[in-house]
Amino acid sequence: MAATDVDVFSSEEKRSLSLGGHVGFDSLPDQLVSKSVTQGFCFNILCVGETGIGKSTLMNTLFNTTFENEEASHYQNGVYLRPRTYDLQESNVHLKLTIVDTVGFGDQINKEESYKPIVDYIDTQFENYLQEELKIKRSLFNYHDTRIHICLYFIAPTGHSLKSLDLVTMKKLDSKVNIIPIIAKADTISKSELHKFKIKIMSELVSNGVQIYQFPTDDEAVSEINSSMNAHLPFAVVGSVEEVKVGNKTVRARQYPWGVVQVENESHCDFVKLREMLIRVNMEDLREQTHARHYELYRRCKLEEMGFKDTDPDSQPFSLQETYEAKRKEFLSDLQRKEEEMRQMFVNKVKETESELKEKERELHDKFEQLKRMHQEEKRKVEEKRRDLEEEMNAFNRRKMAAETLSLSQPLKKDKDKKN
Amino acid sequence: MDAIMLQEKLVERLLCARGRTTRQKDKQYVGFATLPNQVHRKSVKKGFDFTLMVAGESGLGKSTLVNSLFLTDLYKDRKLLNAEERINQTVEITKHTVDIEEKGVKLKLTIVDTPGFGDAVNNNECWKPITDYIDQQFEQYFRDESGLNRKNILDNRVHCCLYFIPPFGHGLRPVDVEFMKALHEKVNIIPLVAKADCLTPNEIKKLKDRVRDEIERFGIKVYQFPECDSDEDEEFKQMDKELKECTPFAVIGSNTVVEARGQRVRGRLYPWGIVEVENQSHCDFVKLRNMLIRSHMHDLKDVTCDVHYENYRAHCIQEMTSKLAQDNRIDSPIPILPLPTPDAETERLIKMKDEELKRMQEMLEKMQQQMHEKDTC
Repeated sequence: MAATDVDVFSSEEKRSLSLGGHVGFDSLPDQLVSKSVTQGFCFNILCVGETGIGKSTLMNTLFNTTFENEEASHYQNGVYLRPRTYDLQESNVHLKLTIVDTVGFGDQINKEESYKPIVDYIDTQFENYLQEELKIKRSLFNYHDTRIHICLYFIAPTGHSLKSLDLVTMKKLDSKVNIIPIIAKADTISKSELHKFKIKIMSELVSNGVQIYQFPTDDEAVSEINSSMNAHLPFAVVGSVEEVKVGNKTVRARQYPWGVVQVENESHCDFVKLREMLIRVNMEDLREQTHARHYELYRRCKLEEMGFKDTDPDSQPFSLQETYEAKRKEFLSDLQRKEEEMRQMFVNKVKETESELKEKERELHDKFEQLKRMHQEEKRKVEEKRRDLEEEMNAFNRRKMAAETLSLSQPLKKDKDKKN
Repeated sequence: MDAIMLQEKLVERLLCARGRTTRQKDKQYVGFATLPNQVHRKSVKKGFDFTLMVAGESGLGKSTLVNSLFLTDLYKDRKLLNAEERINQTVEITKHTVDIEEKGVKLKLTIVDTPGFGDAVNNNECWKPITDYIDQQFEQYFRDESGLNRKNILDNRVHCCLYFIPPFGHGLRPVDVEFMKALHEKVNIIPLVAKADCLTPNEIKKLKDRVRDEIERFGIKVYQFPECDSDEDEEFKQMDKELKECTPFAVIGSNTVVEARGQRVRGRLYPWGIVEVENQSHCDFVKLRNMLIRSHMHDLKDVTCDVHYENYRAHCIQEMTSKLAQDNRIDSPIPILPLPTPDAETERLIKMKDEELKRMQEMLEKMQQQMHEKDTC
């Protein structure tokens, strides 16, 4: 009876009911929040840009602290990535921040291979996560997620357009990571030039099909601010850790003979916008996008390479388990076949060696027989000789005895002769 | 007080000297003190020419600086390439020639631009078109100079090359070093730090020291200002010293005129202030302009003619004579004094002596080896 009731209910549409009083499941988001706060957050930033363009200074300015770093030289042989992890805390929120720096980017004379180390690094982080996910005994909640959540691409403020290296690198990265392009050292571009420069950059990115990160506009709480910020991309930023007294306040700024560029002044540069967007509003969305879009794309490509498919030839949905089982069976049968082959080979080899050994045995036997025969021959000959020798000896002895007896009787005769 | 005013004083003195001679004709006065004056007159009549090359990555403000230097708009309808087009761009050489005149002095100015330098993804040997161009100009002058009709020789040799170093890095980059090393023996290189309005005074000083160190370390021979004569006055010497310590010049250029401190000046307008191009405390533009145009222009030409061109010429002639001796051809495109050819007898003697020398050298080596072996034994 109960079974049919259940059937009836499940075939109806879902109904929305109104509550008679306060139940209390509106605290669910809070529970989620407190759980994630106790867990701690982690965020990974990749900074791509030429040597000396201000990556480290901007990181210091963004997080209002000094991350230790040495100045890189221009004479590196190639590009290599330098990840550094820091633990930050603000009120009661822990952040495990990893900053990955590209050392030597843009310095070589031949920059055709410059993008490769970066792409390899991003793929390696995805691969590590995938391995962890596919493990039988896995601990995802404990896993230190090193996947890059955001790539800040630093554009040199030439005032004309993107450099060729920028275009090539961004095209290779746009399907793997969220890219936010920023114009570095923006205090060298005047306002009118900046406007033209931004338009030129965005049009070049669009015409070349480069997908940069768009701030999400589906959540009403932040859609307005996000859509207005989308229009300000790429952000023109100035970084500074030095403080200058302006009026009666001390602010972070750069002091020039002709004026003071204040980092947090919205009319001077877009630093505040970048901080808002990157940290205060969209950090969680960036993590989500990395996991839901870029990581899933990587995973799909990787698994397809390995031969997994979502649908079998009849277009029935496969589950991963079934595919996995099928693969396993295949693999095992392969294994068995190989075992059989090896065993056959082994048996054949054994037979061969056996026959060889038999051959050799026979040969040895023949030789033995031959030797024996020879030996016997020799023996016989030797026996004959011995007998001959014995006969001779006997004959000699007899003659000797005969001679002796003769000589015994002889001296008597001689003596007699002498006496006479 | 600067070089401009000193030079103006000198000119005045010369012009006045003329008046004096006519009045004091009866005095014991030969009058060749007017020679400088005559030179001045003739040169004004003949006019001057100057070829300037600008090199550096695109977007460093080369065109803007040239416009600011010569107060004209040379690059009116320029077409800038997109990033996509620049991926495989090759370096081109473009020339703009203008005739400008100031106080009766005519200057034929040629600006040689190098669009595409350092812009491609693979910049191997991107300086080759530039060195080829410079060599071509030398070769052409060499031919003209050795020709029969030398009345109207066009001097297209590059007198000076302004190399723009980006201020965004920590010093010279490999492409900068390679470029300067390829060109330092062909042309006068003056390195500049471009777009200096992105560096605070401390940073400028650090970068200049860095660049000077690296130039020395890599053995790059940039253009050196000539030493002052000992009879120049102290002010001039002091100025010269300051000039030398200021290299490489940190420059800013501007195409626009802004209003600052009640005056209309060339500058860049920012929300936080106005950068004046001709303000000495803002950048070294004035120093560069004075050095390049007002005091050292002729010296740059002289160094090009006397040093770089002569090097090229000697090198060329040596190659040609060695080739001629090998090929045994008598005719050559350029009249060269034939080397004194020794007659057969002396040649034979020379050959014999050479062989003897070689033999003795070999023996010496063998003995040395033996001694060495004995020592090691």
